[in-house]
Amino acid sequence: MSELTLTVMRLGFLAVLWLFVIVAVQVIRSDLFGTRVTQRGSRRDSGRAQQAARQAPPQQRQQSGGGRRGRNTPTKLVVTEGTLTGTTVALQGQTITLGRAHDSTIVLDDDYASSRHARIYPDRDGQWIVEDLGSTNGTYLDRTRLTTPTPISLGAPIRIGKTVIELRK
Amino acid sequence: MSSTTNPSTQHTSTIGAIGAPSRRNTELALLVFAVVIPVFAYANVGLALNDEVPAGLLSYGLGLGLLAGVGHLAVRKFAPYADPLMLPLATLLNGLGLVAIWRLDQSELLQKIGQAGTAAPRQLMYTAMGIALFVGVLIFLKDHRVLQRYTYISMVGALFLLLLPLVPGLGRNIYGAKIWIQVGSFSIQPGEFAKIVLAIFFAGYLMVKRDALALASRRFMGLYLPRGRDLGPILVVWMVSILILVFETDLGTSLLFFGMFVIMLYVATERTSWIVFGLLMSAVGAVGVASFEPHIQQRVDAWLDPMKEYTLSRAGVAGHSEQAMQALWAFGSGGTLGTGWGQGHSELIRFAANSDFILATFGEELGLAGLMALLLLYALIVERGVRTALAARDPFGKLLAIGLSGAFALQVFVVAGGVMGLIPLTGMTMPFLAYGGSSVIANWALIGILLRISDTARRPAPAPAANPDAEMTQVVRP
Repeated sequence: MSELTLTVMRLGFLAVLWLFVIVAVQVIRSDLFGTRVTQRGSRRDSGRAQQAARQAPPQQRQQSGGGRRGRNTPTKLVVTEGTLTGTTVALQGQTITLGRAHDSTIVLDDDYASSRHARIYPDRDGQWIVEDLGSTNGTYLDRTRLTTPTPISLGAPIRIGKTVIELRK
Repeated sequence: MSSTTNPSTQHTSTIGAIGAPSRRNTELALLVFAVVIPVFAYANVGLALNDEVPAGLLSYGLGLGLLAGVGHLAVRKFAPYADPLMLPLATLLNGLGLVAIWRLDQSELLQKIGQAGTAAPRQLMYTAMGIALFVGVLIFLKDHRVLQRYTYISMVGALFLLLLPLVPGLGRNIYGAKIWIQVGSFSIQPGEFAKIVLAIFFAGYLMVKRDALALASRRFMGLYLPRGRDLGPILVVWMVSILILVFETDLGTSLLFFGMFVIMLYVATERTSWIVFGLLMSAVGAVGVASFEPHIQQRVDAWLDPMKEYTLSRAGVAGHSEQAMQALWAFGSGGTLGTGWGQGHSELIRFAANSDFILATFGEELGLAGLMALLLLYALIVERGVRTALAARDPFGKLLAIGLSGAFALQVFVVAGGVMGLIPLTGMTMPFLAYGGSSVIANWALIGILLRISDTARRPAPAPAANPDAEMTQVVRP
C-alpha cells in the first residue's frame, strides 16, 4: 500500500473521529430543553402594570394599615433563587400560599416542595408571618427550620427547597 | 405550569416545561456513524499491515452493526425517551477497542509470548454478552427506584464481590494484584461489578442520611465539620478501601470506591468539607499503605522514575517491568497525528498491551489528536450521565446516576493517568476499549442503568387533569 494512501487514511480517520465528536456535541446543543416563557399581553400593558404595582401598595397601606405600620413595612415579596427567580408579588394584606398545588399563589416547580408547603399572612398588627404547613422538607427562615408561625423581618431569606423568597420594601 | 395571582396587574406569562422529543432517530443516525468508524479503522489496519482489506471485514462490521442494532431496538422499545448519545458513544468506544485488540492480535511478538492472537473474537463475544446484559437491564428494570429496596442487600453483595478474590482456591494472584477469581476456564474481575452494586448502596444510604450529614454540623474555619457519629460511614468505607489496598494490592479499585463515595457524599450534602476530608483521607491512606506494602511501593517507584525501572528490567532484575517506560515512548513516538493504524510498535509493551495499556496503542497510532477525541468521547458519556442526574426527579435516581457516571469518570482517570505517568500505575482497564470480559460486560450494564434513569427523567409528564382553579392562577411580571 502506497505511503500516500496510508497518510490520507490516517488523516481521514482522525477527521472522521473528530467529526463524530462534533456531531455528538451538536446533538447535546439541540437537546437542551429549558422552560418556555409565554408572554401574554402587550408591552404597554406591562408598563402600566408596573406602575400599578408601584402605586398600589401605598394606597393599600393607608387603607388597611391604620397608621400602625412603621417604616419597615414590606410591600412586596420577591423570589430571589430557584426557577421562579425575579417573580414578585405585591403584598396587599392577602394570604400568600406557596406549594406545588395548582391553586397556590406561588406555584413552586421544585422537587423539594410539598403541594401545600407554607403560607405567608399578616397578623392583626400588620406583621407578616410565615407558617410551615407540615411540609416534608421544611421551610427555613435564615438557617432555622420553622416549627411555629414566625414573624418575618425585611430581607430575611425564606427557603423552600431550591426556592428562596424574601420580603422587600 | 407555574404561576402566581395578582388581581392588580394584567401583565401575565406562563412558564411551562418544553417536552423533550424521544430522539430515537438521532440515536440511530449516530449509531450508524459509530459502526462505520470502527469498520473504516479495521480496513485501515488491514491495508497497513497486509496491503489488503482484511477478510473478516464484512463479518466484523455486520457483527458490530447487529449488536448495536439490537441495543438500539431494545432502547426504542423499552426506554423510548432515554438519552440519544450514550449508546452510540459506548458503541464507538467498544468498536474502536475491538479494532485495536485485533490489530495487536496480528503482532507476531505478542503471539509468541501468548499475550494476543485470538483476543479479538473473544472480545466480540464479551461485547455480545455485554449487550445482552444491557438489553436485560432495560427489559427487567422497569423502574430504577426498585433498586432502592435493595440498599443494604447491595452493601452485603458489594462486600461479598470485593472479598471473593481473597477466598483461597478461588482467587488468583495475577502479576501482583489479587482481583480475579477463577470459575472454570473463565477468570472474572468481581470488582467491576461491585462498582455498580456499591453505587446502588451509596445512593440508597445517602438518600436517607443526607439531611443528618448536611445539616448537623458545626462551622469551623469556613468548613462544616460533621458530627462524630455522622463520620462513621465515611470511616467504614475508607477502612474497606484501605483493606482492599492492603489485601488485594489494587490501588485502582481502592481509589475508585473511595472516590465514588466522596463524590456522592458531596452531591448529597453540598458540603465542600467532605471533599477536603476525602482528599486528606485518601492521601493519608495511600501514603500509609505505600510505605509498607512492597507491591505498591514498587509501583510508586516505577511512577517516579520509569527510566530506572526500565534499566533494571533490562538488566534482568526480577520484579521490575519495562512497560511504563515503553508506554511513554509509545505516546512520544505517536506525536500529534500518530503513525496511523497498524504502523506503530506498541506491541513492545508486551504484557497487557491489549488490556491495561491499550491506550498506549491509541496514543501511538492516532497521536495526540486521536487520543483527545477518545477522551472527549469518555467525557461526553460522563456529561450525559451527569445531565441525567440533573434531570432525574427522584433523589435516589439523581444519586445513582451521579455515582455511576462518577465511577466511570474516575476509572477513566485512574487508567489514563496511570498509563500516561500522571499517577502510579494500577491494574484497571479502560472502560469499553480494553480487552477483558468483566469490564466490558459491567460497563454495558452501567450504561443500561443510566439509560433507564434517563428514560424516566426525560419522559414527558402526563398531562395534568383539568383543574377548575387553573384559570385563576397567573404569573406576575411587574
